[in-house]
Amino acid sequence: MIPEIGHFALVLAMCLAIAQAIFPLVGTMNNTPSWAGLARPLAWGQALFLTIAFGALTYAFLVDDFSVRYVAANSNTLLPTVYKISAVWGAHEGSLLLWAFFLGIWSAAIAILSKSLTQEVVSRVLAVMGMINAGFVSFMLFTSNPFERLFRIPAEGRDLNPLLQDVGLALHPPTLYLGYVGFSVAFGFAIAALIGGRLDASWARWSRPWTTAAWVWLTLGITIGSWWAYYELGWGGWWFWDPVENASFMPWIAGTALMHSLAVTEKRGAFRSWTLMLAILAFSLCLLGTFLVRSGVLTSVHAFAADPARGIFILIFLLIVIGGSLALYAWRAPSIFSGGRFDLVSRESFLLGNNLLLTVFTFLVLFGTLAPLVYDALEWGKISVGFPWFNKMFLMVTPFLAVLIGFGPLMRWKRTDPAWLMKKLRIAMIISVIIGLIAFIPSISKGSLLVPLGMFLVAWVITSHITAIIDRLKHKQGISHFFADIAGKGRSYYGMVLAHLGVAMFILGATMVSHHGVDKDLRMSPGESAEISAYRFQFNGVVRTPGPNYTANQGKFTIFLDDKEVAVLEPQKRTYFAQGRPMTEAAIDWGLTRDLYVSLGEDLGDGDWSMRLYYKPFVRWIWLGGLAMALGGVLCISDRRYRTKKQKNQQLAQSDAANTLATENS
Amino acid sequence: MKILKTAVFLGLFLMSGFAGATALSSYSFKDKAEEQAFRELTAKIRCLVCQNQSLADSDADLASDLRREIYALWKEQKSEDEILDFLVSRYGDFVLYDPPFKPSTYILWFGPFFLLIIGGYVLSRALKSKTKDKEVELTEEDQQRLKALLEDDNDNRETTK
Repeated sequence: MIPEIGHFALVLAMCLAIAQAIFPLVGTMNNTPSWAGLARPLAWGQALFLTIAFGALTYAFLVDDFSVRYVAANSNTLLPTVYKISAVWGAHEGSLLLWAFFLGIWSAAIAILSKSLTQEVVSRVLAVMGMINAGFVSFMLFTSNPFERLFRIPAEGRDLNPLLQDVGLALHPPTLYLGYVGFSVAFGFAIAALIGGRLDASWARWSRPWTTAAWVWLTLGITIGSWWAYYELGWGGWWFWDPVENASFMPWIAGTALMHSLAVTEKRGAFRSWTLMLAILAFSLCLLGTFLVRSGVLTSVHAFAADPARGIFILIFLLIVIGGSLALYAWRAPSIFSGGRFDLVSRESFLLGNNLLLTVFTFLVLFGTLAPLVYDALEWGKISVGFPWFNKMFLMVTPFLAVLIGFGPLMRWKRTDPAWLMKKLRIAMIISVIIGLIAFIPSISKGSLLVPLGMFLVAWVITSHITAIIDRLKHKQGISHFFADIAGKGRSYYGMVLAHLGVAMFILGATMVSHHGVDKDLRMSPGESAEISAYRFQFNGVVRTPGPNYTANQGKFTIFLDDKEVAVLEPQKRTYFAQGRPMTEAAIDWGLTRDLYVSLGEDLGDGDWSMRLYYKPFVRWIWLGGLAMALGGVLCISDRRYRTKKQKNQQLAQSDAANTLATENS
Repeated sequence: MKILKTAVFLGLFLMSGFAGATALSSYSFKDKAEEQAFRELTAKIRCLVCQNQSLADSDADLASDLRREIYALWKEQKSEDEILDFLVSRYGDFVLYDPPFKPSTYILWFGPFFLLIIGGYVLSRALKSKTKDKEVELTEEDQQRLKALLEDDNDNRETTK
């Protein structure tokens, strides 16, 4: 009964989504306020029914209702409760439902938090989101229904993929999806602006906090995903340029460009069409990412062809959304870099540089991700485009970005005096170059030019931002007002600083772990020890340990530094009852300066085991950097200026209109 | 049918592929450097039956067979290039994570530079046009409207500065 209620709620949600896509939009076009006013109630209704549907599927998992095909395929009576909940989004159908559910929630959030916007804008934005959700929910209902019943009810479910039975993977998809779906808001604002033809700076101000929120979630999602891959997959890597990872990384890069471009559009009214283009690009990549991962096309082009209904629906949907929005863009958008004038050395020009680098990088990743598929589909032979290629591309672009970051905060709008800038940044530059040179010492550089480069960039980002903060406080009430400034008006400024420092933290972690990390494949007998970078790993043998839905062989390692015990690690090799696959659970002793990581291999007989030991210096800084970026974004959103009252906002809109008028007069 | 078979095959190996640490331990090397070199070599090669894992990281049976074979070639003092050539002749370019540089892959290697050049061109054009734009001249009427508006929300402008 409950699954039928969920199914029915899903059908109703689809009907409401279709209504939401049509009535508010038509209402704003032929001036029918009663139609336009339907946007909010419809968004509410849609969110309600999607919540019911999501609740129903969750319930089916909690009570082990194996008459539902999706539950039977992805759960098991022995599965711990928390994983029964995360199993809801563990596979294709459920993750689509999560997507649609989040879109419903974001729509409702707009309906609540948009009091300061005009009805026209709200109606159009919600109409666009209605269109997207109409596509998603009908895709689910016609090709991937999570509520489908099984007619011979199995006594036991097939269990959730053991890889997914983990807190990291319980959290990774929801955060990632909140990000993906969040970009639909920026997309909605962009399309609404294109439809309305009002491309002034006010839409940029409205969509800015929403875009930042989406970016924060996406940042968190990717960070959690990387962290999960690190400790769960057992090979100690944190990024492999896997197509699935790239699928989430592309919208992130495009979204980062969008955030920076929105700043210019809001403050200076410039790059308006460029910003619109990025909003369309970011969301299109979110859709592409979702479908790349979910359609099976990545495993093999043939898997895609094996289920043509899904594949064709996806292609048509992508074509409508991306093609439609680009057509609208071509029709309505003014010339791409319209807006006020600025000097060669100015914040605008540097943000433009940032934008172009990020956009080129987005397309590079897209290119590398899709190339094997294209080669296969066109029968040019099978190729792999893996980490060596992507790393080269990454290193070709990102150092320039990191250099630009350092100049960013000191830059002034319109015009910055280059001599003044150089004078300000002289000390930062000298310190960074010295640190870079120090890193040439063989024991630090490990023979790679990338270490000095990385250390130079880290120092550069940090010192230039300190310079910028000092400069800012001098213009205000002095250095002592640092904390008052953070608490007061400077919230978004410090958010920006924190996010940029996150980049430095990431570079530090990535450089250190790539060049100073040590790993060893060993065969060890109980009682034996191995030395890795000053640490002594003593293997104490393996014992069998039971788990809730698996049994494990658990190894025990005592780790010494200078004969002082620093950690006890207990990695496991698990066999899950339902699926019988062996799974490695690595054991990690984490620290800010290094992780010690042990992953168990195979039983070689006589108590001997094969294993891999790792020393991973500064690896945590990679994810701390991600967290700092996300936290920086949160600070930006919490800035007071997004909370101005309705009246103020309308005045601002007017003054923006005056600005626009002035620019267009020229 | 073939698709189904491949899927099952892939599925099975995918699972075993995730099983974690592997045993390079069963091979003997004369020193650390040699072991490291061997590891780096196998890291460049794709495990053919896993979703996306290098030969060095994979636990699949086929991967360990292939590792053993590579080890044998290694012990015969074959150079890295010779070993990679042998693998490519047997399994095609798919086996290499780093796509080879040859006519059919020129697009992969020149494409990015092409993109960079386009990006650079767009940037230079945008900068040229923007820096040459004349400063906006406001009409008398605009000035007055602007002044009125600015007086209204001075404090708001302050926060957005």
